[in-house]
Amino acid sequence: MSGSDQGRGSDVLDAQERARFEQLVLPHLDAAFNLARWLLRSRADSEDVAQEAMLRAFRFFRGFHGGDARAWLLQIVRNTCYTWLEKNRPVELMTEFDEEMHPQPSVSPEALAIAGDNRDRLTRALESLPPRFREVLVLRELEGCSYKEIAAITAIPIGTVMSALARGRQRLQRALTHSSPQEASREL
Amino acid sequence: MSCDYTRTVLHGYLDGELDATRAGEFERHLEACRECANTLGAEESLRSSLQRSGLYEHAPVSLRKRIRADLDAATAPALALRIPVWRWFAVAAAILLVASISWYAWPRLQNSAASAPVTAAEIIDAHVRSLQPGHLMDVASTDQHTVKPWFNGKLAFIPPVKDFADEGFSLIGGRLDVLNGQNVAALVYARRKHIVNVFVWSTKEPDTPIHPPGSRQGYQWVHWRHQGMEFCAVSDVSAADLHELAQLLYE
Repeated sequence: MSGSDQGRGSDVLDAQERARFEQLVLPHLDAAFNLARWLLRSRADSEDVAQEAMLRAFRFFRGFHGGDARAWLLQIVRNTCYTWLEKNRPVELMTEFDEEMHPQPSVSPEALAIAGDNRDRLTRALESLPPRFREVLVLRELEGCSYKEIAAITAIPIGTVMSALARGRQRLQRALTHSSPQEASREL
Repeated sequence: MSCDYTRTVLHGYLDGELDATRAGEFERHLEACRECANTLGAEESLRSSLQRSGLYEHAPVSLRKRIRADLDAATAPALALRIPVWRWFAVAAAILLVASISWYAWPRLQNSAASAPVTAAEIIDAHVRSLQPGHLMDVASTDQHTVKPWFNGKLAFIPPVKDFADEGFSLIGGRLDVLNGQNVAALVYARRKHIVNVFVWSTKEPDTPIHPPGSRQGYQWVHWRHQGMEFCAVSDVSAADLHELAQLLYE
């Protein structure tokens, strides 16, 4: 029953799929690049990896039957990033995923505001976090993803997203307020 | 020093992910707990720093170009020459598998030799896509005399634009959409709080009556052809409601 249709030639179907891909997936290229940039901490490498991820997404696109295209794409981007890191910078992935929540004196909003006003410091503090914390923070704060989307993208249970964010934020505060401005300027 | 709420619930509250009951509970707790109040202040300040600082990095234009070139290469038939044969077989097998699964999984709406058939899956995708914020309408108007001229020159046919507010289907606007690679008109109706998309495109096939409604994933659609135009109405309203609108449009 389907013989004639399947034999129609894959290029026709490809053109249709491509139009659909361009409409649904391509608009999320910024999101893809931003996630890759923060996971890899390098713009140049992120261009390569985002490009590769987009092409993979296109190849897998027939398996995508509607739903959240951004989350679907970001899942592929994330996997591509981790594969790239394993191959090129395996040491980075060895930083252990710290399950402990260390009690710490709360930082005053004022101190944090001052530290957070410096874009370079903020960038360095975010980059100093282990990738698993960095990605939940980027997805939540920069990409505006819901917990459900973060769970789908990062393959962690939805119940764990909230505590991962809590730990990530605590670490970010620590990283921000513990590197003194002097240190920061020396590193520049 | 270490309030349990600070560690978890506070973050759900900050992110707007708590249900009303738990959010209310936390707000009452917040009045009494200094630690949580301080932490919440710090977290809010951190969030506004993150969002104000312009840390979001947009994709460079060069990357966009490279991806377009990739897609061109992946779409061109000449691809076969540059890929090792075994990989090509793997790709072909995967494509065939998915194609045959989708063939069996999705019922065909029509079978036209001239243009590729539109599947129910595409119609429903297009409907769902239209419900995402900012996607529903290009021209928002309850006035058919505003919506109809808006389509002029944008399509090779003129879709019938009629308001049926008296019958319970208010025309709320229209937009251009793409189904199966061809431009279609989408008329948007509101039925109580539900949205109905009516997709219209041109066809050379003969007229048909309104087909019995189809249903998938909680969405209903009805389909018919009339005077050189093909119609598909899709919504989450009942099949009976949808059929009623189809009849109004058919007349």
